[in-house]
Amino acid sequence: MRRNADLIFTMSKPGRRCADLPPMDVPETTLSDRFQRKEALPLPEIAEVDLLRHYMELSRRANGVDNLFYPLGSCTMKYNPRINEDLAALPGFTDIHPLQPEHTVKGALEVLHLLETYLCEVTGMDKITLQPAAGAHGEWTGLNLIKAYHAHNQDFARTKILVPDSAHGTNPASAAMAGFDIVSVPSNPDGSVDTNALRELADEQTAGLMLTNPNTLGLFEKNIVELAEIVHEAGGLLYYDGANFNAIMGLVRPGDMGFDIIHLNLHKTFSTPHGGGGPGSGPVGCKEFLAAFLPAPVVTEKDGDIVFDDDRPESIGKVKAFYGNFLVCVKALSYILNLGGDGLKNASEMAVLNANYMMEKLKSMYTLPYAGPCMHEFVLSAEQLKKETTVSALDVAKGLLDYGIHPPTIYFPLIVHEALMIEPTETESKETLDEAIAALSEIYQTAKENPAFLHEAPISTVIRRVDEVGAARNPVLKYDHR
Amino acid sequence: MNIPNDYFYSKSHEWIKFLDDTTALIGITDFAQSELGDIVFVNLPEVEDTIEVEDSFADVESVKAVSDIYSPVAGTVSKINEELFDSPELINESPYDAWLIEVSDITEKDDLLTAEEYEAFLSEEA
Amino acid sequence: MARYVPHTEDEVKTMLEEIGYSDLEELFRPIPQQVRLKTSLRIPNGLSEWEAANAVKEMAAKNTVFPVVLRGAGAYKHFIPSVVKHIASREEFLTAYTPYQPEISQGILQSIFEYQTMICDLTGMDTSNASVYDGATAAAEAMKMCVDKKRHIAMIAETIHPQMKKVLETYARCADIKILYIPEKDGVIDLAFLESNITKETACVFVQQPNFYGQLEDTAKIGEIAHSTDAKYILSCNPISLALLNSPGEVGADIAVGEGQPLGMPLSFGGPYLGFLACKKALVRKMPGRIVGQTTDLDGKPSYVLTLQAREQHIRREKAGSSICSNQALCALTASAYLAAMGPIGLTETAKLCFQKAHYFAAELTKIGFVSPFKGEFFHEFVTSCPSDSGKVLKALEEAGILGGLPLSNDLAGHILWCVTEVVTKEQMDQAIRIIKGVMA
Repeated sequence: MRRNADLIFTMSKPGRRCADLPPMDVPETTLSDRFQRKEALPLPEIAEVDLLRHYMELSRRANGVDNLFYPLGSCTMKYNPRINEDLAALPGFTDIHPLQPEHTVKGALEVLHLLETYLCEVTGMDKITLQPAAGAHGEWTGLNLIKAYHAHNQDFARTKILVPDSAHGTNPASAAMAGFDIVSVPSNPDGSVDTNALRELADEQTAGLMLTNPNTLGLFEKNIVELAEIVHEAGGLLYYDGANFNAIMGLVRPGDMGFDIIHLNLHKTFSTPHGGGGPGSGPVGCKEFLAAFLPAPVVTEKDGDIVFDDDRPESIGKVKAFYGNFLVCVKALSYILNLGGDGLKNASEMAVLNANYMMEKLKSMYTLPYAGPCMHEFVLSAEQLKKETTVSALDVAKGLLDYGIHPPTIYFPLIVHEALMIEPTETESKETLDEAIAALSEIYQTAKENPAFLHEAPISTVIRRVDEVGAARNPVLKYDHR
Repeated sequence: MNIPNDYFYSKSHEWIKFLDDTTALIGITDFAQSELGDIVFVNLPEVEDTIEVEDSFADVESVKAVSDIYSPVAGTVSKINEELFDSPELINESPYDAWLIEVSDITEKDDLLTAEEYEAFLSEEA
Repeated sequence: MARYVPHTEDEVKTMLEEIGYSDLEELFRPIPQQVRLKTSLRIPNGLSEWEAANAVKEMAAKNTVFPVVLRGAGAYKHFIPSVVKHIASREEFLTAYTPYQPEISQGILQSIFEYQTMICDLTGMDTSNASVYDGATAAAEAMKMCVDKKRHIAMIAETIHPQMKKVLETYARCADIKILYIPEKDGVIDLAFLESNITKETACVFVQQPNFYGQLEDTAKIGEIAHSTDAKYILSCNPISLALLNSPGEVGADIAVGEGQPLGMPLSFGGPYLGFLACKKALVRKMPGRIVGQTTDLDGKPSYVLTLQAREQHIRREKAGSSICSNQALCALTASAYLAAMGPIGLTETAKLCFQKAHYFAAELTKIGFVSPFKGEFFHEFVTSCPSDSGKVLKALEEAGILGGLPLSNDLAGHILWCVTEVVTKEQMDQAIRIIKGVMA
């Protein structure tokens, strides 16, 4: 067993130093007493070597794509190429001020412009903003475009956003945050959007429909053309949630399917790392007729020069300071240059192949509620298994931890009970998939023979299952220095 | 399943206990708390808020879910059970004592079920 | 061309065969032909890693990196200890997802718990979340936390960062929040206006300290006025300044937010940065985003876990206070490594160096006729007039590798907002003065 990872505060000794600073080389003046901090500042006081060891110990207790197979559905945990990190760390990118004169940041503008151009091409959109910091932020930005469009048309009755019942939680949350009412659209027995229900729900109050395609079940919405027509005929706009974009690069484009607005997750599809929860980047693209509403400034070509255009009277305003998570954009551009158009298409093809391969091998054990072929991910159900053995989706997930595999997304989408949502991504080899399939088969057998073992899992991790109820009832959210 | 006789019930699993003709306590039933699991927090309305029949006036949180609580009556919130902010587990431990709100000046009532009717409703649902 | 895809051609064939497909195309059967992309993407074919790297390096080389930076205005160049970068680039942190599985994510969860503690210690608040996108969106989220059925007016200081204003306006419009700006007077907000316009409908009073002009607001007095009508008091603060200046807790703030970039993040052309958001205990359930709590595992071992999740979008869906999902976790980790590397002594020294050097430079500028239009005290930023053409002055500095202050517009057209941090030496400031004198001569 490893030693415990003590909190950094417990290692603190008064007067101990790590960083040193440049000398004071100017005469000193004083700050008025009334502005001066009186409260103690109990930051850790720790030597550099111990600081490093502390974080090394924490890193040993963390797991990324570099540590293990991470088939976390809807999260696209593909390999993050190292070259992207190297390029984003170039001083020419890290050491430039966001308010430098434009002529001194021509390279940065080129990065933004080139990335926009490529993202437009791969999505079939006309214009893109890189300002949103993450997927949900992009959704909310996109919804603001919808709002601005209807307001521009003096069409103030359009207060409703249609959201399928299988959608990501961020969809309704972002729509509500943008000031819309949410109308849930039911799914067909085959997992696709119920076109008849949509036809009934779409009316003169419909501002738009948010759709993920492939949907959260990993299935392509076959009726997409009809869905788009229904919404457009009712006067609404079509929003594409790009969480599942890794399935379709170079194969089909949201713009060609009838979508008016999209967001992408650069930290999913375009391989920029998740960083334990962020930073991400959530570019928003739109068709030309919505471009005037994009957040200011936009990057544009003017007399052969790439410039910022901040004169955008119809813009929805700003959604974030400056221009977005710029270094994340550098990483995504590096990825696209490395893969190229052909490589992007190949990535999607292999992602879809890997998912179908795993699905076919697992569906005899775990229930496949909606038949394939799937796209880049698929959803199994442990409902039957639970009935037979008491082993739930959570138990299966925890069991996988003992095999050194990151569990799938569980209990989502909500329309599948005991859901196990698996997204292998294209960067995993057949051997890795076979190992995961073998692990899930063994867990299935264990469930039948010794369910109690799985209720107790995991047993090999640094801690066992945690008391989440206690954590929520009596929240301890910081260290008590006393 | 515990279903006391001196309470009335709604199909969305709230109980209501009348203190007089126009004042009542509202809580959630034993069935509701067992479905929700360990309750970790309760969001309650403010005193003097007015509520309508079938309004969602509160919600209760478990670790992985949140459920709206609907009012079976129309009236004015006259008290809230502040004890639940610190001890939401009381709802799990003793659902018929752990009232959420007291409503006064009740002007309208939904079709309320008696204990017997609620029991029948539960067995139908199952 | 780099593919990062391990499949050999034979393997693709075997895999397809094993699952009963004749070719890849068959897998894409569910996509209707009428929408399928019939041509190749108009994106050049993939480059070798070496070529791609060169292409990107060429772009980087087109940017000017200024050795001396006298410009702040929301993005600050500070010393970043080498150890901080090494910690934040550990692959286990870099390539992990949000820590949904506590058993294999204790390291990330603990680092967030430590971050939350340090942010609380800096700000004097009770609780911090795990971060939001940046300082401007932190401000917007804080504003939203304060609004309820009875209070829908946000009184915002006219003296905050202009970009923050624009972000607040976008968020306010969505949430039907009415913004009432508290006008500027002598470089700080007009307290008389605040006092006479605050009502029972005021949800919050929002102030930035130091403000956009670098001036110090009377934060204690503002807190008293805000609380006179039970409005919430939000302070947006520069985290480095907090080693020297009153903590938001000391002046009665209910919520403290700010741009965490100065805590170990390079300028990076504006991002990724770090929005920090901390509040008093009573508001914790209104906080957006991830929060980590301490608990125990089955064996009673201390453990960390994402908690109070029922506030969030994946559970509360359209009733969630915010849709934020991904945050700036790695930037939060960077900030805590930075704060730990600095410690209380290092952070205080940094703040003092900024303060003293900025005052030295301001005094030197005054001597050559660059005077401040404001009389109040400041931290490390200040506004001056410019007796010469400001464009020419800044251009001359630029040619010497010095990024001068930010030229201001509107009422302050012709004025410059300067910033001095600990990484500017006296010699460099003296050089800047000589260059400016040269332009004026």
